[in-house]
Amino acid sequence: MQRIGVFVCHCGTNIAGTVDVKAVAEALKSEPGVVVSREYQYMCSQAGQDLIREDIRENKLTGIVVCSCSPRMHEATFRKTAASAGINPYMVEIANIREQVSWVHKDMAQGTEKAIILGRAAIAKVNLNTPLTPGETPVTKRALVIGGGIAGIQTALDIADAGFEVDIVEKQPTIGGKMAQLDKTFPTLDCAACILTPKMVDVAQHEKIRIFSYSEVESIGGFVGNFEVTIRKKARYVKEEICTGCGLCTEMCPQKKVPNEFNLGMDNRRAVYIPFAQAVPKVATIDADYCTMLKSGKCGVCSKVCTAGAIDYKQKDELISEKYGAIVAATGFNPISMDKFDEFAYSQSKDVITSLEYERLMNAAGPTGGKLLRPSDGEHPHTIVFVQCVGSRCEACAEKGKEYCSKICCMYTAKHAMLTRDKYPDTDVYVFYIDVRTPGKNFDEFYRRAVEEYGVHYIKGMVGKVVPEGGKLKVQASDMLANKQLHIDADLVVLAAAIEPDKSARPLATMLTASMDTNDFFTEAHPKLRPVESPTAGVFLSGACQGPKDIPETVSQAGAAAAKVIGLLAKDKLTGNPCVASSDELMCNGCSSCEKVCPYGAITYIDKEFRMPDRSTRIRRVAQVNPAVCQGCGCCTVACPSGAMNLRGFANDQIMAEVDAICK
Amino acid sequence: MQKINREALIEKAAALLDAGTVDRVLAWKRGEFDYDVTPGLFTTREQMEAELVFGDFCGANMSKYLIKETLKGEGKVLVFLKPCDTYSFNQLLTEHRFDREKVYAVGIPCEGMLSVTAIKAAAGDGISKIDVTEEGVVVETLFDGTKVFGHDEMLAERCRNCKSKRHVAYDELMGEEGEVLDSARFDEVAKIEAMSSEERFAFWQGELSRCIRCNACRDVCPACTCEKCVFGNPDSGIENKAITDSFEEKMFHIIRAFHVAGRCTDCGECSRVCPQQIPLHLLNRKFIKDANNLWGDYQAGEEVGSRAPLVDFDFDDMEPGEAVIKNGGEQ
Repeated sequence: MQRIGVFVCHCGTNIAGTVDVKAVAEALKSEPGVVVSREYQYMCSQAGQDLIREDIRENKLTGIVVCSCSPRMHEATFRKTAASAGINPYMVEIANIREQVSWVHKDMAQGTEKAIILGRAAIAKVNLNTPLTPGETPVTKRALVIGGGIAGIQTALDIADAGFEVDIVEKQPTIGGKMAQLDKTFPTLDCAACILTPKMVDVAQHEKIRIFSYSEVESIGGFVGNFEVTIRKKARYVKEEICTGCGLCTEMCPQKKVPNEFNLGMDNRRAVYIPFAQAVPKVATIDADYCTMLKSGKCGVCSKVCTAGAIDYKQKDELISEKYGAIVAATGFNPISMDKFDEFAYSQSKDVITSLEYERLMNAAGPTGGKLLRPSDGEHPHTIVFVQCVGSRCEACAEKGKEYCSKICCMYTAKHAMLTRDKYPDTDVYVFYIDVRTPGKNFDEFYRRAVEEYGVHYIKGMVGKVVPEGGKLKVQASDMLANKQLHIDADLVVLAAAIEPDKSARPLATMLTASMDTNDFFTEAHPKLRPVESPTAGVFLSGACQGPKDIPETVSQAGAAAAKVIGLLAKDKLTGNPCVASSDELMCNGCSSCEKVCPYGAITYIDKEFRMPDRSTRIRRVAQVNPAVCQGCGCCTVACPSGAMNLRGFANDQIMAEVDAICK
Repeated sequence: MQKINREALIEKAAALLDAGTVDRVLAWKRGEFDYDVTPGLFTTREQMEAELVFGDFCGANMSKYLIKETLKGEGKVLVFLKPCDTYSFNQLLTEHRFDREKVYAVGIPCEGMLSVTAIKAAAGDGISKIDVTEEGVVVETLFDGTKVFGHDEMLAERCRNCKSKRHVAYDELMGEEGEVLDSARFDEVAKIEAMSSEERFAFWQGELSRCIRCNACRDVCPACTCEKCVFGNPDSGIENKAITDSFEEKMFHIIRAFHVAGRCTDCGECSRVCPQQIPLHLLNRKFIKDANNLWGDYQAGEEVGSRAPLVDFDFDDMEPGEAVIKNGGEQ
């Protein structure tokens, strides 16, 4: 029989405000096994923990139940408390009477009743708990960073500088990501390339960093400290180690009509290409969708002009398997598609563009060489209308836009407006906004400068419609402060499109078993206290894949993620989770159901000799769980038809005892 | 009337015994009456001549007996399999329940098996002899003379709605191979689905309340092959639990249906052996119908090693919530 102590926490008024904690402690006193039951204002405080320790010693407790906040918050705390007083940490159960009771109930009587029931369930479970001892696993001292934008670059550099090996997987032919496409960066207006490309070079030259460009993650197995990752290195039909990046092939290729994705399709590139001058690695890539040689077998110009002999039309995708201790997701973002925003005539007029396209138009390396020219006729635009929140904060139009604020648009639109007025003072610039949101160091000052020094017309209100007519764009909008309708004949309309996570994020999250929110942003382990960790151990988050972010924020988060990775890789061994599955060999049929559902490949089968009651022996196929690989998800316990699989710490009888206690 | 007779089976079995290919034979054994045929094990021609039968009451599925039989001795076991039995055979192989190398499987054709229950209901007490002729099912009774019934009316439901006359596994085939049939078996489920929830509850209450927990359904079921059944395990807390209320009397069968979900081949043995004539197989068939509806058609046992939908996963699988709604549940 267990000797159980029950400790009910007030959590200040967080719990005590809606739950009669004294009544809960009193009611739980008479539950089976309970020898002491008390309440205290802050159980997690030093004094609260001392109280628990004292009771464990004095009452010779064998298990404790803490009625407090979510186990995600303080289960680890109370396990340590128990261990320091000499009882096994897995003899601790948490009854969550905060998130599941006081925060969701308003009525004291109802809340108290439910708190008692949850306490009773936890007591029922502790009665069946057994001490568990975690095992240890070694750590592979290498990190994988998925995504080679500024987030991935910064994380990789910081990890590598601490002395650990890092691999970057980037699906594009070059690292650099979205930042490489930007012109100037707010609020200091330094050129994006000037601050990014030295970092790209650092990555390329760092002896601890390997770049897998034009590559994607194919599969992920294993667990924290011991991930096994397969990377697909897509065929680029150019031998990376031989190509010097001279670019001759990209000038001679006769296939000239390939939309240039780096300039968002505003000009063309060749079928063999280097995305931009500072690309890393600076290696040509053949676009198999357009290459005449690969499609019809006739051409071969690039191969003839390449002095290095780097062209290889027979190159195949290559699969690389590598082990990693930690994985960082840095998959970034994309502007949403404007296809569903017909009111802005994006698909009807070349002169309605997105902000990212505007970046390219302003960029010296862009399609116009940095001159602001209209895409339709190459003329200089004199009236430019910027529309903010296109698809952002879009509650009413959730099917085409996003409900969240994309966060970066207010600042980059202010930047665009300011730079336009600075370079071309003869241009009228209008910005239509719902709110201007500029929190951040030197951000509001920046926006004020756009309005006050550069004379940008900021108008509170939304653009209702854009109609191309006679070479102009007729913009109908409302000015909500003046309460009137506006009609502007614009030469160029720039849409601040909402941003969304890259499409590769969701399949990646599935492979990582990392959780995502409804918008496909990765979820952090705790929004405030563990913002760069995924709830999945060993998986970390860097940059806009976790939520919309500007560059300063991305870089600081990237550094934070690196610090967490370094903390993990610095350990030689990891303490495992003892709550793993195990098979009762006497009941196991060897049917393979558990093996089929195990997402971690933790189950194998052996033929084992059993002595039968009649003293004969019989060889039976039985399941064996590798406790180092098992993550305790419990799929196998559900799939097992004979009930031979059980999860330690969450055994079937423990769960049933909890249910029985709740339904009593 | 079956296209193959006992003599053919005896000849085949005796030849295989003589050749040393097999040393034991699993087949059907004569009972006291024409209709109470049981599974039997034979090792000599003499035994077979005396007791082996094959006819319209040989519904018993021999697959499950291979689990225990293959553990005894070194030689091979000969098993005769009707088309539907071969699905169970494959499913057991999928679950690694016996060693394929120790079995010699002979596929035999089947024209459908008769329902003893239906004949007894139609002919009344005192049945002394049942013959199947061109005319139909000829039943001689002690008190009421000879009666003739249509063959198809006396077929077991599982045979009337036969899903396949094709053998999916065998080492050797006797007679001609048949086809997978376009069975109307799910119509039986649809009838129950069409009931209101109150009617449906009352229907199952009426059926399952007759259960005497004899465990015959479990014991005969080729999917119920656990080393230790939860219903026979003192540690499970539910071993031989008495039925104390109308809720619990349903739970045994519902738990069993869940346990065999995805593995049940719809062989119908559970209903055949039920002494209380509960149509248990309809519970399993409902699971199959639902799974087919949600994840595409799947027939357990069609191939060895196939992955049932409940132990398979791909990125296009619907979420559980969607599944509920697709099946007519409320949002």
